[in-house]
Amino acid sequence: MPDLITALHLSAPEATLAVGGLVLLMVGAFAGEKSSRLVSTLAVGLLVAATAITVTGPLGQAFNGAYVADPLAVYAKAVIFLSSAVAIVLGDGWMTRTRIARFEFPILIVLASAGMGMMASSGDLISLYVGIELHSLALYVLAAFHRDDLKASEAGLKYFVLGALSSGLLLYGASLIYGFAGSMRFEDIAAYAATNPSTGLIFGLVFLICGLAFKISAAPFHMWTPDVYEGAPTPVVALFATAPKVAAMVLIARTLDGAFAGLHDQWAQVLILISLISFVVGAFGGLAQKDFQRLLAYSSIANIGYALLGIAAGTTLGVQAMLLFMTLYVIDQFGFFAILLSLSRNGRPIRKISDLAGLRKERPVTTLALTVLSLSVLGMPPLSGFWGKWAVFGAAADAGYWMVGAAGLVASVVAGFYYLRIIKLMWFDPAPEQAPTDKAPIEAKTIAWASAAFAFPLVIIGLTWLEPLAARAATGFGAG
Amino acid sequence: MLLQGLAFYLLAATAVIGALLVVTARNPVHSVLWLILAFFSSAGLFVLLGAEFLAMLLVVVYVGAVAVLFLFVVMMLDVDFVRLREGFARYLPLAIIIAGVLLAEMIMISLVVVSGGAAADATGPVAATSEMSNVEAIGRVLYTDYVYFFQAAGIVLLIAMIGAIVLTLRHKPHVKRQDVVRQVGRDAKTAMEVKSVPTGAGVTPEDLV
Repeated sequence: MPDLITALHLSAPEATLAVGGLVLLMVGAFAGEKSSRLVSTLAVGLLVAATAITVTGPLGQAFNGAYVADPLAVYAKAVIFLSSAVAIVLGDGWMTRTRIARFEFPILIVLASAGMGMMASSGDLISLYVGIELHSLALYVLAAFHRDDLKASEAGLKYFVLGALSSGLLLYGASLIYGFAGSMRFEDIAAYAATNPSTGLIFGLVFLICGLAFKISAAPFHMWTPDVYEGAPTPVVALFATAPKVAAMVLIARTLDGAFAGLHDQWAQVLILISLISFVVGAFGGLAQKDFQRLLAYSSIANIGYALLGIAAGTTLGVQAMLLFMTLYVIDQFGFFAILLSLSRNGRPIRKISDLAGLRKERPVTTLALTVLSLSVLGMPPLSGFWGKWAVFGAAADAGYWMVGAAGLVASVVAGFYYLRIIKLMWFDPAPEQAPTDKAPIEAKTIAWASAAFAFPLVIIGLTWLEPLAARAATGFGAG
Repeated sequence: MLLQGLAFYLLAATAVIGALLVVTARNPVHSVLWLILAFFSSAGLFVLLGAEFLAMLLVVVYVGAVAVLFLFVVMMLDVDFVRLREGFARYLPLAIIIAGVLLAEMIMISLVVVSGGAAADATGPVAATSEMSNVEAIGRVLYTDYVYFFQAAGIVLLIAMIGAIVLTLRHKPHVKRQDVVRQVGRDAKTAMEVKSVPTGAGVTPEDLV
């Protein structure tokens, strides 16, 4: 019995979210459909509380090593839970405006966060899989949340079918790994992999990587991304682009740099290949896009390539660089989606990139924010995106992958075209005759400005405490 | 030992062939039937491993679920039964072969179990021992060692339920529902309302609600 109490104490963040989610479900069920604002507020409070519990909680292992609370998990969970909270704030305003407010929306995000927390601290193949299913199932529903919208339903269905396929690949890989290593626990697998790098184990590992690559939308497993980004509701896409990606990246780092650290030579090739394809698809695919959210989808594919490069380095520095990159990336993404949510004409959201022409005259501050964020994702020094890429390329070059880093730089230059085109459209092109933009909702505006302000200049201060935290989180993963 | 090997290869081959036919069959109803065959053979493999409880679960839960799914398909896809019966004679030999395979599988498994080959060889974590049946063995670990996964899987199912409700439940405004409090609270004054309808204007359903 004391065992269970220690275990519950260690896994308190997920337990809080799961139990809190159930309570909120009761609140919503009894208070009726009009309670969505109340449930959203409580859900945000719950996620902030879970973050506080994570940060102050004890470290250690629970449930026979299936649950690991270490600095990496704490760092990842703080980012994940706070991102989910921001997504709920964005989503609540959006739901009220589109008149589809339902209390299940924040609850699904809370339960998905519990799953993402499970992923971030999984020390076992079963908790890896259950965590992935827990969050993806909620995300499938969220993608189709605007059920009267054809594109949202299409997005939900596509995401569901391809997600199920990726789960199949992942499970097949996991079963092979279990079959060869004889254990589900990462520690035992690590011990086995270090001594017997058998072909079967590597075969399973490749399938596992493919399954995980689906979840982070790395090319060539990116097919669902543009359609889902285009079709799903904007606040849901804001969630897709942030928390689940962080969770899956941390899970990949934990699996590869933890359980399979001994097979680095084998999996590094796979990751490098995925990175390179992601660079190409992300950079060139984005060039022809007309829809802003589709463009962001391609941008995310390219950026995931950079983050994977950090893991491929296989060093502690690489994992640290990946964490830093993902954190800065998440903040930029929230800025983009908050701006998309704050731009509309006659109640119709502005989705086409060409509709941004001449925005400078109408919305100078938003234009400035979007410019800063675009330059940041482009990687212009000294904005936040630059520091992330700097860290990742530095780690890759350090591990001897400077050629891949150079390819990433080239991709960055190509991708620069579409970010610069947005800036040109907004600042220099004449505005066509059209209805004036609507008043921006306060929460979207605040988040957009805050994230732009973080991209520059707050990032300089932010880095001084983010970097040591990322360094602490990465200790123990990768070689040296 | 030989008997067990034979049983294993029969079951494994049937499971693999069944699974292949699930994905290659053009007709979804046929796919479902092949799926049942694949599940049934996998259940046989569980028996060979000494995990009778899992085998029973596989048959009861999955094959049962597939039967329900089948009902839904029949309900929703508007399958023409007359046309289905036309193929009866044509598919009869195939049906007899599959039935024969199922029968052979069952006989094999029974022989292996009767000869004591199944549980004795199994060394897996759920193997029955002399003092514990494998149902009990699962019960002992499910709520202790595996409680974390068990609870998390429960939440996965909860999300599936919430999702189904979110995506399909619609509250229709013009549907009359029974409300006992309102029924009891009715009196002669509120029970009837006289509306004056202009001559020749007609009424719409919304006016009556």
